[in-house]
Amino acid sequence: MDKLTTVDGRAYPFGMKNVDTDIVIPAHWLKTISRAGLGRGAFEVLRKEPGNVFDDPEYAGSPILIAGDNFGCGSSREHAAWALGDLGIKVVIAPSFSDIFSGNAFKNGILTVVLPQDAIDRLMEVAKSDPIHVDLEQQSVTTQYQDRFHFEIDPFRKHCLLGGLDEIGLTLDEADVIDAFEAKDAVSRPWLVPAVA
Amino acid sequence: MVKPRTLYEKIWDAHVVERRPDGTCLIYIDRHLVHEVTSPQAFEGLRLAGRKVRRPDLTLAVPDHNLPTTPRRDADGHRIPIADPESAQQLAALERNAPEFGVRLIGDADPEQGIVHVVGPEQGFTLPGTTLVCGDSHTSSHGALGALAFGIGTSEVEHVLATQTLLLKQSKTMQVVVEGELGYGVTPKDVALAICGTIGTAGGTGYVMEYRGSVFRDMSIEGRLTVANMSIEAGARSGLFAPDEKTFAYIEGRPMAPKGADWDAAVAWWKTLHTDEGATFDKTVVIDAADIVPNVTWGTSPEDVVPVTGVVPDPESFADASKRAAAQKSLDYMGLSAGQKMEDVAIEHVFIGSCTNSRIEDLRAAAGLLKGRHIAAGIKHAMVVPGSGLVKRMAEAEGLDRIFLDAGFEWREPGCSACLGMNPDKVPAGERCASTSNRNFMGRQGPGSRTHLVSPEMAAAAALTGRLTDVRALMGEKEGMVA
Ligand code: SF4
Repeated sequence: MDKLTTVDGRAYPFGMKNVDTDIVIPAHWLKTISRAGLGRGAFEVLRKEPGNVFDDPEYAGSPILIAGDNFGCGSSREHAAWALGDLGIKVVIAPSFSDIFSGNAFKNGILTVVLPQDAIDRLMEVAKSDPIHVDLEQQSVTTQYQDRFHFEIDPFRKHCLLGGLDEIGLTLDEADVIDAFEAKDAVSRPWLVPAVA
Repeated sequence: MVKPRTLYEKIWDAHVVERRPDGTCLIYIDRHLVHEVTSPQAFEGLRLAGRKVRRPDLTLAVPDHNLPTTPRRDADGHRIPIADPESAQQLAALERNAPEFGVRLIGDADPEQGIVHVVGPEQGFTLPGTTLVCGDSHTSSHGALGALAFGIGTSEVEHVLATQTLLLKQSKTMQVVVEGELGYGVTPKDVALAICGTIGTAGGTGYVMEYRGSVFRDMSIEGRLTVANMSIEAGARSGLFAPDEKTFAYIEGRPMAPKGADWDAAVAWWKTLHTDEGATFDKTVVIDAADIVPNVTWGTSPEDVVPVTGVVPDPESFADASKRAAAQKSLDYMGLSAGQKMEDVAIEHVFIGSCTNSRIEDLRAAAGLLKGRHIAAGIKHAMVVPGSGLVKRMAEAEGLDRIFLDAGFEWREPGCSACLGMNPDKVPAGERCASTSNRNFMGRQGPGSRTHLVSPEMAAAAALTGRLTDVRALMGEKEGMVA
């Protein structure tokens, strides 16, 4: 996984609320068996509308997406995170996210930043003409106009994103505690292994 | 004295492998269901990293999303090729990955095949007090049996396959209390829709719900599965029912359930799995059973719920500006206008199926209404897709298939089908479907499709009249019908 420290660049001033993962990537794109190439399907339905931000050359290749409340609700499809990643998005900023989406985004090296609505409104304004700067180490979103918004992030997620660390590898390093749990469990819950029909 | 705990806290505590200083816990996962859509990239990841599946014995693979609901084998037992090459490719990937990694596969033509969330409980794979995950948001269904069950993404699928654990933060707790008795013609689906309508699709975000109160205690396991299934529609990744005698009776004797002394040991523990007197929840939602009526959705979010006897709301009636805009957008998409009576809305399609409402009780309920009747002339297409091969067989043994066929429904092979329009079962653009599934998102049942979420009884009623219909009117006509 790539390290994520600072992200500097234009942001899509998207702003839509309750964007479910069907909007991020429609179901017919879920038939892939590989992670690459899904950016072509990102926001497919919205992109049929003329003047949508995703096809506006002004924002082409922006690494930041600004959205409304409850971004990524609905289906748990991780394809939503892959599609955003494939589109080149490294940071999504919104007032709130669905739990599943923000987990999926993190696991794919995408940072989700929660900021209050007034900060979002301000960033939406700035995004129309100027870049936005996200600093994970400092936990801040800043603009060239002296705006500075602090955000919270889980320290473990921060550590992993900064270091580009693979979560599975980290857990496998602790195989001994899992072994110990299973040994204890085999005694206390002997019924756990499914009967073989 | 031990601090009183909620059911969720008890299950959580029993699965903590390791607690990190920041409160994140490594949680042991007891059960992992795998289907063909969200697993290929996970297996691909294991293969690339040279990793194994840690506990194939706790893992069960079942294809469901892509399978056609038409016959899958010809008279000689040969596979009838899946027309869509990408669907075929996903199925082939699961069929290759399961044996390669030693995971048991219930294949497309096995009699037990079905929607993962129907198969898990039915096989006795889903058990109270277990942690159960699947790369699918409706994994919340399994909470009906008292399993802490939640949907995960493909990276987490890979993490569970490799380590049998997940890194999680403890959720907040919410109790949803519904006391009283459900009225005539009011079903568990109506309760689920009422909850979505009351708390909204983000109302449960960050919470694990526990369903409490007499309505849920009195509810059948199948009804509980319907309610728990839609927890995610109200924003909660998991919804729990405390296991009780009904739960134990449902599980006992199922193929993968514990047997003999193991069964006794399991039940002894399961009996301790209830919220203690004095335990507190972070949030409480109370709904009076008497206020719940047969519901339908009017918009493109599961929270867009009105009584079937009601009217399409006026977008201007919403306080919040963004909600007003969303409502107008929904109405444009749905081809409805404010003030229109829901019962005047004509429909062309009826879908009885999905992990929400495709179990035997659902089919019995719909068939009870359809018996001796025929779908309306305006219905272009009505179909029943049983949740599993076992449900299908049981229904056929009871003669339900005949009732559906005689009424003008198609009787299909099990799978997700028109719930998400991934296989050929789709609702055409601009056409309207009364559907027993759980999501009415734009394009969910096919590009441009318009979905109205309803109970199986209401779907049957809509099929009979060709419009959204209060099932209670039709039930009145039929002698001896019970809710
Ligand atoms: S039936 Fe629908 S909701 Fe259930 S698992 Fe299948 S696609 Fe998902």
